[in-house]
Amino acid sequence: MSVVQTIPPSLTVPVRPQPDADQHPVCIDVQGLNFYYGAKRALDNITIGIPAKLVTAFIGPSGCGKSTFLRTLNRMNDIIPATRVEGKVLIDGDDVYRSGTDVVALRRRVGMVFQKSNPFPKSIFENVAYGLRINGMAANRADLNARVEESLRAAAIWDEVKDRLYDSALALSGGQQQRLCIARALAVKPEIVLMDEPASALDPIATQRIEELIYQLKAQYTIVIVTHNMQQAARVSDRTAFFWLGRLIEEGPTDRIFTNPAEKLTEDYVTGRFG
Amino acid sequence: MPDRIVPHFQEELEQLKTRLLEMGGLAEDRVSSALKGLVQRDAALIDRVLAGDGPINDLHIEIDRRCFKLLALHQPMAVDLRAIVAAVKINTDLERVGDLAINIAEAVRRYMRHPPVKELIDIPRMADIAQRMLRNALDAFVRRDTDLAQGVLNEDDTLDALKTQVFRELLTYMLQSPHTIEPALDLILISRHLERIGDHATNVAEDVIFMVSAKDVRHHAGEVEI
Repeated sequence: MSVVQTIPPSLTVPVRPQPDADQHPVCIDVQGLNFYYGAKRALDNITIGIPAKLVTAFIGPSGCGKSTFLRTLNRMNDIIPATRVEGKVLIDGDDVYRSGTDVVALRRRVGMVFQKSNPFPKSIFENVAYGLRINGMAANRADLNARVEESLRAAAIWDEVKDRLYDSALALSGGQQQRLCIARALAVKPEIVLMDEPASALDPIATQRIEELIYQLKAQYTIVIVTHNMQQAARVSDRTAFFWLGRLIEEGPTDRIFTNPAEKLTEDYVTGRFG
Repeated sequence: MPDRIVPHFQEELEQLKTRLLEMGGLAEDRVSSALKGLVQRDAALIDRVLAGDGPINDLHIEIDRRCFKLLALHQPMAVDLRAIVAAVKINTDLERVGDLAINIAEAVRRYMRHPPVKELIDIPRMADIAQRMLRNALDAFVRRDTDLAQGVLNEDDTLDALKTQVFRELLTYMLQSPHTIEPALDLILISRHLERIGDHATNVAEDVIFMVSAKDVRHHAGEVEI
């Protein structure tokens, strides 16, 4: 049975968000997005505007489509066979699914950090320098050094690694590796950073560092984070979107979603009365 | 990048405390103005007290919203949880102090329709004590100073005794000359309002002790520790 058939028809269509349009214009404009794994529809008619330079969190139970949706934003689902997309994902007005889109350039513009930290088996320095080199983004060695330092500082890890830049990245702790991966994502100057459960494998202290980092990064980047940890979404995000069975049930300012959600389903989820 | 990250939650907690202090300053200022209006028989000053409740009421709502949001979004624990719960309660106490300043100003306005019953000695003294209690309770809140908070609790008895003294003294005036009944009743009401301000300062001090040391000293609870 398809997922879609189990959704009651009474659910209201999510209202388009209206954040402060001057300071935070819509950066990612998703219109009527459907996504299929083979014949199975995993995302059902998603329409949402994600504002620039804010943190937007996607929450929802396992299998609700939040990670799938995140990966549609920089076409990471392309690498999964037998998948299909309908609808539009406009980033600053460009449809990322139009034919002829340079997917490599898209992913440079829309960086990603994954659940499990995945540094290259190289030195700390090389992990950050790699993307700069292959993209020809450093004019000379001094420029490269400066950009690596800038990225490591932006990811709040410079002080911990500055004396051992040429040690293996794999020798870092889990939390440090994750911040290194964030530095690596930031090095190529993305506009948007997608984070898929970036702290779920970390201890509480490392998690807090990542959360504070996310909070600070929004001054410069548009951040979209998927988390199964509702409290984390509450702590770090400005806006929260609740997904359920492949549908976007509700989206709005985080404080409203967690204090006075409009939809009963959202209320049931955030109060733990689900199921 | 600093080694130590100050969580933005802590920054918001500091902002909450700053706003509470602003509210405390406003409340204290209004009590002070109402008393000055009484002593100097300054009708214009009393009118300003009666008209100026807006900023305190706005802060009352804003502080509650801040607390509500911090509780909902950050799930605070231990001392942070106690600090926010204390802030909610202190907020209510300070708003009540603002209301009592209005009540005092209303009584002063009525009182000024009559010649003075007597020279004012104990009521200004009560006002000094009540304001000092309020100021010390808020200082104790900011500095997390339980000794200072305990000092506030100790002063409450003095204020209660003065209120009783004011009542007895004015009773003799009323018995002697019935035309003083109306203005004397207003002075008794003012002393009652000042005593209530002391009670609110006491509540704040109790909340500070709870916030800092997790001890509940209300109603002589025998310093129950949670």
